[in-house]
Amino acid sequence: MVKKASLEKLFAALKHQGKTMFAPLLKNGKVLYDITDNFSEIASDYIQTTQSAKAVVFPRTEKLFNYTKEKEGVTIKDFDPQSVPETVLWGVRPCDAAGFAPLSAIFNWDYKDNLFNTRLKNTTVIGFSCNKADEYCFCTSVGGNPGSAAGSDILFTKLGDTEDYLAEIITEKGQAVVAIAPELFEPANDVEKEKYLANVPVKFNREEISKKLAAFFESDLWAEQSMRCLGCGACAYVCPTCACFDIQDESHGKNGTRVRCWDSCGLSMFTLHTSGHNPREVQSQRWRQRLLHKFSYMPDRLSVYGCTGCGCCSRACPVDMNILEHLISIQEIKK
Amino acid sequence: MSEKNIYLPYLMKVEKITQEAPGVKTFKLKFVNDEDSSSFNFAAGQFGEYSVFGVGESTFCIASSPTRKGFIECTFRQVGKVTSALATCEEGSIIGFRGPYGNTFPIDQWKGKNLLYIAGGIALPPMRCVIWNTLDLRENFKDITIIYGARTVADLVYKPELEEWSNRPDVRLVTTVDPGGETPDWKGEIGFVPTVLEKIAPSSQNTVAIVCGPPIMIKLTFPVLEKLGFTDENIYTTLENRMKCGFGKCGRCNVGKYYVCKDGPVFTGKQLKELPDEY
Repeated sequence: MVKKASLEKLFAALKHQGKTMFAPLLKNGKVLYDITDNFSEIASDYIQTTQSAKAVVFPRTEKLFNYTKEKEGVTIKDFDPQSVPETVLWGVRPCDAAGFAPLSAIFNWDYKDNLFNTRLKNTTVIGFSCNKADEYCFCTSVGGNPGSAAGSDILFTKLGDTEDYLAEIITEKGQAVVAIAPELFEPANDVEKEKYLANVPVKFNREEISKKLAAFFESDLWAEQSMRCLGCGACAYVCPTCACFDIQDESHGKNGTRVRCWDSCGLSMFTLHTSGHNPREVQSQRWRQRLLHKFSYMPDRLSVYGCTGCGCCSRACPVDMNILEHLISIQEIKK
Repeated sequence: MSEKNIYLPYLMKVEKITQEAPGVKTFKLKFVNDEDSSSFNFAAGQFGEYSVFGVGESTFCIASSPTRKGFIECTFRQVGKVTSALATCEEGSIIGFRGPYGNTFPIDQWKGKNLLYIAGGIALPPMRCVIWNTLDLRENFKDITIIYGARTVADLVYKPELEEWSNRPDVRLVTTVDPGGETPDWKGEIGFVPTVLEKIAPSSQNTVAIVCGPPIMIKLTFPVLEKLGFTDENIYTTLENRMKCGFGKCGRCNVGKYYVCKDGPVFTGKQLKELPDEY
């Protein structure tokens, strides 16, 4: 158990340890993760951040290595794991924390991505359970819940209108945080955490949907569902599990950097061949890829689903394409 | 983390440049660091990411045979940003290479069989690796037939090697150009690859067919092979889809749940029929 006033002290203690503190901040009407030293800046009244927290472990643009071109050749300066700061992600919702498992699966299923792994290793996740939800939330339909500790190192749950927070210490990293300021933590007695959590009704059965989708490749469904999709890719950028990326060079004279940057299967050029041929030439095929990847290919190949039910994509969509509605309509198809 | 950065390329020196056809060049590449050269291994069918520092990476198969050590070769057509930058490289230039990635042709399973190679246009380079690999282990295989077609005589790549193969008694080479693509002194066939294949009608008895070409050629060649009695299990092809990483993470080369970079690029005719139309 932790008192509300102690949270600020814990934040300050972590900061004092030299950790880079990321927390949700209210900026221009959006709640976004950013670096802050100031506890009072942290947003408190929101359902979910606009963007997921994935940028901390999988930056929007990330240096893979630097190079210098000289007359005699090319010198490469490798990515330095030591350069990755010890980071604390403060205030992560359970659906966002649940995204680290599918990301880890993608970055490690065969070749091990040491850039991602180093960032994840250096990140401590302080989760906060959800006391409220909105119509976009569906964590309970995809294996999560508003008080799920999966992916968090410590999970705080606000206990109603009291000044108390239940603190669940999940991992060794979480214990290390407690060890910094053990005096802030008190023993908790018989707290019924569930009664303080948001109510998120189960809307569909993901295993059933997954099974169905495997036979839906050639369905009219995709065109119907994606009729209004603009192909802007916003859904992928806000998603806690989307990991598709591009690799580009940025050069300044003889020096340069090879970077990877977020990409999206929703963008028309994502799969375009140099010849002009495009295996996914219309938007419905790209929408199909998005749903099948998350609900069929990933569970099949990586034994993990690519959706945590956070609803970020639906809230961010400029034409209000709601993934939950589409999943429910797939569930309802009689077959 | 002790693991190395999987995005780090080998530094390669462009040892030799051959102009194969208009806009098509072959680079012979040597590892700048000797340790890289001696530890590097690959097998026929695999590909890599070739890069011009400051411009970016591009995906091609390794066009040389793993039986020839100490270097690799790649053949590319100048089309996009990276291939255009590659085309401006000179002998001595340093470029990057990551690889090898992907699966391989199962040449061990082909021992004692006849091999029928069918390639169209710029698809001979991805097949050249396995052709030389099997020619360098010639005693392991029975008859080797190569059918190669290009749009015009000028577009035929590896002309000195075509000459060499046509002079070898242990290789049957059939070259063809599309109607209208011939020159007055052209001695080869005139016609599209599937038509020529039907005409020369190689036996399917104890034979594997390896087909590589543009999608339209593949589509028209498969029915001819079927007519000749080839089963889907005895047909191999190598697919190409746009790629960035080469190892199953960047998310763009998948055909349904299969990744061309991990499950391919080599697929059997049987696998190809089971794949959704997404390549």
